[in-house]
Amino acid sequence: MTSITETSPHLLAPEPSRLQALKSIILGRPGTIAAVVVIALLCIVAVFAPMLAPYDPLTQSMLKINRTPSWENWLGTDQFGRDVLSRMIYGSRNSLIFGLISPFCAAVIGTTLGVIAGYFGGIVDRLLSRVIDLLLAFPELLLAIMIAAVLGGGFWNVIFVITIAFVPGFARVARAQTLAVKQEPYVEAAISVGVRTPVIIFRHIIPNIMAPIVVLMMLWVASAIRLEASLSFLGIGTQPPNPSWGNIIKDGLNNIFGSPWPIIGAGAAITLVVLSFNLVGDAVRDALDPSTSQN
Amino acid sequence: MTDTGTASSPSLDTPGNGEPVLSVRDLKTAFRTGTGWTQIVKGISFDIGARETLAVVGESGSGKSVTALSIMRLLSPETSRIEGSVRLGGRELLTLPEAQMRMVRGGKIGMVFQEAMTSLNPLASVGDQIAEALSIHGRFTGAAAEAEAVRMLERVRIPAAKARARNLPHNLSGGMRQRVMIAMALACKPQLLIADEPTTALDVTIQAQILQLIKELQREEGMGVLFITHDMGVVAEIADRTVVMLGGEVVEQGQTEDIFAAAQSPYTKTLIAAVPRLGSMTGKGQPEHFPVVDRKTGVLRPAESRPDTVDHAGQPVLSVRNLVKRFDLTSGLFGAVHGRVHAVENVSFDLQAGETLSLVGESGCGKSTTGRAIMRLIEPQGGAISIDGTDILALDKARMRDMRRHIQMIFQDPFASLNPRIRVGEAIAEPYLTHKLGTRQEARAVVADLLERVGMDPQVANRYPQQFSGGQRQRICIARALSLSPKVIVADESVSGLDVSIKAQVVNLLLDLQQAFGLSYLFISHDMAVVERMSHRVAVMYLGEIVELGPSAAVFKNPQHPYTKRLISAVPIPDPSRRAQVRKVANDEVRSPIRPADYVPPQRSYREVSPGHVVQEWEGDWKM
Amino acid sequence: MARYLLLRLADAVPTVFLVLLLVFIAMRILPGDPAIAALGDMATTEQLQLFRERMGLNDPLWLQFINFVKGVLTLDFGTSMMSNQSVLGLILYNLPYTIELTIVAMLIGILLGVPLGVIAATNRNKAPDSGVRAFSLIGYAIPDFYLGALLLITFSLNLGWFPINGGGEGFADRMYHVFLPALTLAFVKAAFIGRLTRTSLLEVLSKDYVRTARAKGAKENRVIYGHGLRNALLPITTGLGLSTLATLSGSVAIEMVFNRPGIGKLLISAIAERDYAVIQGGIVVFAMFVVLINLMMDLVYIVVDPRIRMK
Repeated sequence: MTSITETSPHLLAPEPSRLQALKSIILGRPGTIAAVVVIALLCIVAVFAPMLAPYDPLTQSMLKINRTPSWENWLGTDQFGRDVLSRMIYGSRNSLIFGLISPFCAAVIGTTLGVIAGYFGGIVDRLLSRVIDLLLAFPELLLAIMIAAVLGGGFWNVIFVITIAFVPGFARVARAQTLAVKQEPYVEAAISVGVRTPVIIFRHIIPNIMAPIVVLMMLWVASAIRLEASLSFLGIGTQPPNPSWGNIIKDGLNNIFGSPWPIIGAGAAITLVVLSFNLVGDAVRDALDPSTSQN
Repeated sequence: MTDTGTASSPSLDTPGNGEPVLSVRDLKTAFRTGTGWTQIVKGISFDIGARETLAVVGESGSGKSVTALSIMRLLSPETSRIEGSVRLGGRELLTLPEAQMRMVRGGKIGMVFQEAMTSLNPLASVGDQIAEALSIHGRFTGAAAEAEAVRMLERVRIPAAKARARNLPHNLSGGMRQRVMIAMALACKPQLLIADEPTTALDVTIQAQILQLIKELQREEGMGVLFITHDMGVVAEIADRTVVMLGGEVVEQGQTEDIFAAAQSPYTKTLIAAVPRLGSMTGKGQPEHFPVVDRKTGVLRPAESRPDTVDHAGQPVLSVRNLVKRFDLTSGLFGAVHGRVHAVENVSFDLQAGETLSLVGESGCGKSTTGRAIMRLIEPQGGAISIDGTDILALDKARMRDMRRHIQMIFQDPFASLNPRIRVGEAIAEPYLTHKLGTRQEARAVVADLLERVGMDPQVANRYPQQFSGGQRQRICIARALSLSPKVIVADESVSGLDVSIKAQVVNLLLDLQQAFGLSYLFISHDMAVVERMSHRVAVMYLGEIVELGPSAAVFKNPQHPYTKRLISAVPIPDPSRRAQVRKVANDEVRSPIRPADYVPPQRSYREVSPGHVVQEWEGDWKM
Repeated sequence: MARYLLLRLADAVPTVFLVLLLVFIAMRILPGDPAIAALGDMATTEQLQLFRERMGLNDPLWLQFINFVKGVLTLDFGTSMMSNQSVLGLILYNLPYTIELTIVAMLIGILLGVPLGVIAATNRNKAPDSGVRAFSLIGYAIPDFYLGALLLITFSLNLGWFPINGGGEGFADRMYHVFLPALTLAFVKAAFIGRLTRTSLLEVLSKDYVRTARAKGAKENRVIYGHGLRNALLPITTGLGLSTLATLSGSVAIEMVFNRPGIGKLLISAIAERDYAVIQGGIVVFAMFVVLINLMMDLVYIVVDPRIRMK
């Protein structure tokens, strides 16, 4: 091309990849490093629970009820003589499973609904948006309590309840993002060259809305763990005698004059784990979706 | 006007009568970054005399806005560092205690920003916001401040000022908001007004009004003006003297006349050469390249003449008849229609092979909607669109997909036009592969060829869009549009977002491609001067309708419709000698195409002025 | 403005209807036979049949829904199977306790949270900001029922400063009883509101019009409060609406911890006893709370957003 003086493109430096950004963010925050360690420990404890737990979490013993912490029972025993530490170690499995499965399921369902509503619009969108908006008016815990009140507790019910409680949030974000990305000239460019709708959705839209979805998923791992603990505490989550950090506190409260240690131990565990997932979630958000960073 | 007309030396020349209002010496501003300090402004100096207007001009990233914020000390002291000297009426500002500096801001120096919408508090009435400035500086308080605020609104020519004072910013038009900003900046009779790209976000007729207003107010108040802009046309309109900035340094400064007549630095020459000049095409029947300046040597290479690319005999490649697009405005529970945006109303035109037809007009005139309807990105309510004789509105989905090969679009924002997750090579190959025109192997060869065609290295195909500048991305988008060998390209404001020098290059590229491939362009733009240079024919749109259509030379030389006349007269002329002339500027707003639900558009008739030059008959409400 | 108000009110009608429909669907169509859920696996076929008859479960679904809506509109929620009291009576007894807990908790939460957020935002990245950030991290992580249990163990059980359970009688006694539970919820609220205020205020302070205010020569206080916090009130108001509802849902567990009367405790006990009518009544009350508080938020918006008033 004759008329162009600047033919050689001066390329800008490549941006650091998101993984590198995440790594440097985590390494720059001591608290977040600690959080990663806590989460790693939690995973190890949950996976190797049978090997790590000193006692069977369900075995009751009338001989040693309400013991205070000792070398024999590090966190004492409850009103049935069960070892609190062992119950907590097994309870960690619950937290991790609910914490990971429910946000993931909710992300898949919510994103699907949100993308459909956002991309196709029309009557489907209006109906779906109306229901999503309505459900979003309910805090997740309230929604979960209301559904669990009907369904009752138990493993699958809890997964279902937490998932349903999270779906509207994902659907809203996915819908809003889809609407925004759909307006982008690169999507219009794809439409105007005749690219088929499924290709547009999977190639041009979904990859570009994933960042906030992944961020939300990370942030809601912590919420899911808290939610499961709350439901179990209220007796509509994990059902006894299976241990969960929530129902350890529930049992502890019924036995508040006996020993405070189950409450203190399980509560501290929930707080620490939720805190850790929140810190890591913040780091993921700052790396993937810096525009929504709160710092 | 203090313009003495004496020859200027390249060094600092103290203008006008004695002591300068503002004197900036060796100003350096640095921003804190992750690793240390990055110098944005690298030691610049200039003076502004009383009653003088100094323009600071530069492209994006030149540091011109940072200079203004440094003078006002509006940058956060935690993330920025300002060195050097800024003296206002002999008083050093950079070392002034914060409390006294506050009295300078708004009191001695008023400032107007680019985006009036975001620069006004959305929750406070405009009257209150002006009154706030007055009471901060103790000029008026309470009811007196409110009355003075109304008086200020009158001074910036806002009709029904008393009622307007109670409005929130979002009830006002863009031009009105900028007038409010000016009223606020001038409320305390400052010695200096800093205007940071105050007209960039405005339509060209509104820009003309605001420039005129600033000139008049300056004459009345006798203040100095520091005018920041990227537009050499605006510089010529308003500035007595000009400072040209590049990369945080001053590359040239002097009397505006001298700079336009005999610029010293190659960069300034590039800028001036790239400025589209309305009227520069008079007497030429064909579109023409922008002249090109070598950035290093400053040697100007004039444009080569270009053969006629238009196939006058054949059937039109694109034919639009009576196109109508309206958007319903609904409200309430049941979505009752209470009004309609008549975005496109009865638009008809033909486009020949190898021809460029430009749709021009201001925001809301329906030019982009027309383009999008032709692409069937939106469905029009009525009319016919034919490509090569085939009515595309009648096509089903699959046939339409095939038809899309023949008509492609280039969008305005080069940063949003490429999927950030897809390598540019794949993006260019996508249309080719979608239509199964060849194998992946062949697609790769096509991509390499196209990249070369648009002036880029084929090696860059495996890079991601983020690594390219705006101009480079627009070239990539052009390559993508070409990959299907279309007959027609709809270019929607495709060069509007680019810096002037890049803009000229992309326009030249489009002209070359038209010659090489016999492309037809539907060129949608608000930039009259670019339109004049690159189109064979022009259609002027106003409120959804074409009010005038004809050969480019005829429309620009002999505009008939009052709106066309207004539009052309509003374009800034890069000729400083005409600055002193007071131009007639109509103070009208750009009207809205929103109509009540039961509105029936009037029947229009057209009159042929000369062969191919038609103009809509207008009614009595047009006064010039 | 009147138009806006009417629209909001009119909009609440389909919302209520939709909420009731969802509650109904949840109660009837979700897996599980309500009769078995209520009576347990051990119930005989006759008992189940009788129960279904009594609850109208044998009617067609549309009729059941109409009866359900009719019941809600006439405030007739049926009778508790356990206590044989009318569900409405139970709700009316428990409701004030939940409302007073929510209000006191929100008041303390706002009074703590907003100033904390302002302090953090105006001292960005300095010590006070880090302090508020640490506080809100803990507030976000600690489950309210755990914090409540810790406060109960410390101040009621060990120190004996506060009552262990109950709701109290008479204003002073009720405030005495509500203090510790409200403080528990307020701690979590303050963390949320503090963070929300900080983020919203920082967002507003980065806006162009704040720069305009500085360019006018406005003092820093005027910039932060007159322009910053005034405009940040909009997102904060939205957050407060959600936060009130979150407090309400938190009150369920807190009522269990402090063993005080309230809708939450009523609902949870009903679930344990499979008291079908009470469960349904409790859920409807919570759902109506959501609708009502959202409506109230729309009213607050009229106050904080002049753009609505101008309409």
